[in-house]
Amino acid sequence: MSSNNRALYEQVILEHNKHPRNFREMEAPDGQAEGYNPLCGDQFSIYIKYNGDIIEHVTFNGCGCAISKSSASVMTTLLKGKTRKDAEALFVKFHNMITSSPETPLDERDLGKLAVFGGVREYPVRIKCATLAWHTMLAALDGKKVTVSTE
Amino acid sequence: MIKTGEREAKQTRHAGGSPGLDVARIREDFPILQLRRDGKPLVYLDNAATSQKPRQVIEALRNYYETQNANVHRAVHHLSQIATDAYEQARLKVKHFINSPLSCQVIFTRGATEGINLVAHSYGRQYVGPGDEVIVSAMEHHSNIVPWQMLCEEKGAALRVAPINDAGELIFEEFEKLLCRHTRLVAITHVSNALGTINPIRKIVEAAHRYCIPVLVDGAQSAPHLPINVQELDCDFFVCSGHKMFGPTGIGVLYGKAALLESMAPFLGGGDMILSVTFEKTTYNTLPYKFEAGTPHIEGVIGLGVAIDYLAEVGMDKIAAYEHELTEYGMQVLSDIGGVRMIGTSKEKAGVLSFTMDCAHPHDIGQVLDHEGIAIRAGHHCAQPVMQRFGVPATARASLAFYNTKEELDALGTALYRVKEVFE
Repeated sequence: MSSNNRALYEQVILEHNKHPRNFREMEAPDGQAEGYNPLCGDQFSIYIKYNGDIIEHVTFNGCGCAISKSSASVMTTLLKGKTRKDAEALFVKFHNMITSSPETPLDERDLGKLAVFGGVREYPVRIKCATLAWHTMLAALDGKKVTVSTE
Repeated sequence: MIKTGEREAKQTRHAGGSPGLDVARIREDFPILQLRRDGKPLVYLDNAATSQKPRQVIEALRNYYETQNANVHRAVHHLSQIATDAYEQARLKVKHFINSPLSCQVIFTRGATEGINLVAHSYGRQYVGPGDEVIVSAMEHHSNIVPWQMLCEEKGAALRVAPINDAGELIFEEFEKLLCRHTRLVAITHVSNALGTINPIRKIVEAAHRYCIPVLVDGAQSAPHLPINVQELDCDFFVCSGHKMFGPTGIGVLYGKAALLESMAPFLGGGDMILSVTFEKTTYNTLPYKFEAGTPHIEGVIGLGVAIDYLAEVGMDKIAAYEHELTEYGMQVLSDIGGVRMIGTSKEKAGVLSFTMDCAHPHDIGQVLDHEGIAIRAGHHCAQPVMQRFGVPATARASLAFYNTKEELDALGTALYRVKEVFE
């Protein structure tokens, strides 16, 4: 594989694509949204369960490319135990990183696991793949059965 | 990994290619095919999206602006006459290329999409009413679905869809059952852009004509690859797109039977499409100008004419035969790879190789291939109903042209093994 490919398909991304975490429908979620990218047919549902103000559990299901699926998977692992405000802040952090210029250095300590998606910045058409689950999560935070679209 | 022995055997079997088609020589005419990506030669397999242009076309565009540029059908000055002659000469070339009876039946449009919309607007609004029906097939490109949907919605008519089988072939008996006294038009593709299926147009037209129903053929994917004879097909309308025929973008052709075209109201109003205008009444121009309002895409028309000269010189029969051989070879390369599912396995098939892989989403396939210098398309190919029919969100699609080679298809095969390495 060429070095460019390696930069996009980081090992973490490939691993989450193959073994997505929290990949199942949730019964009676407190928040739920469906995200759709009509250009490539990617489709994910995000389910959220609260315990008071705290996100107790996040799951997802659906189908999409390796970037969109691994992004959704990594996201679900980061949201457990967070407040709604924390989740929104994480969305902003991810969104700012992924839409930054590829030359902008990544603050890996601040970004943590999210840094593996830094390579996506080189591929403008793939940014929507990476952000689909995140936008859907934002809608699911307080919505029931909302549908979001990238277009 | 790739079964080298077998592949070599196949290459030897096919060595020499089609008689009379010097592909190496043809490739020299296409400057873009000399490009390299990270040291790897460009393997362009996205011809169903758009084709590359030979030097002759590129030079004709330059020559037009350097020596011929003027508006057509207007001024008495010398340049205008040169531009008009070149423009009308191109119409004549199209006439011969599709074997239209008269050149006035050749109308220049912006592309196949505009051709279909023209017919939907001018024929559809005039002849389709409440309770009427328009038939399309389940393998249509969005451009041969949406204009009819819009028309049906406006008129209170119904869109009927002829189904396809698991190979991606039209189920002819089901299509025939849809034909009835309410049907006002059949709009069907000649070659499916997502599946490669070649439809039996002659048979479809015969069936429709038994009910006196006109047939529009979407030739966007057939005109660049198969000999077209509209009189033999006996279709009532035929549309195609210049940029898929090795010509410029923004230019296309609508052919129509003269009586139908004459009976139809204009599509767009403006200059060139009139004989006389007063505030009380406008008299429309004759064919084909009635449907060519405004200053046309003159250099596009001239460029398309040169592309057609190029195709005619190579010979459409030879192109079709060579591409058929390439298609069979490509199908073999792909089906040798475990975990590849071909979408579109019609018996009559043009050079569209649509597939999915168990291990990777089409986008990821396309991405890895891109890094190998191989350009394919990944997505729904503007044919979402086809994706739904086969239960896939998208496919990867390698689409061929006469400048492609078996070596390039081998490179595709090798790169797909790489995809498996990455994602399995």
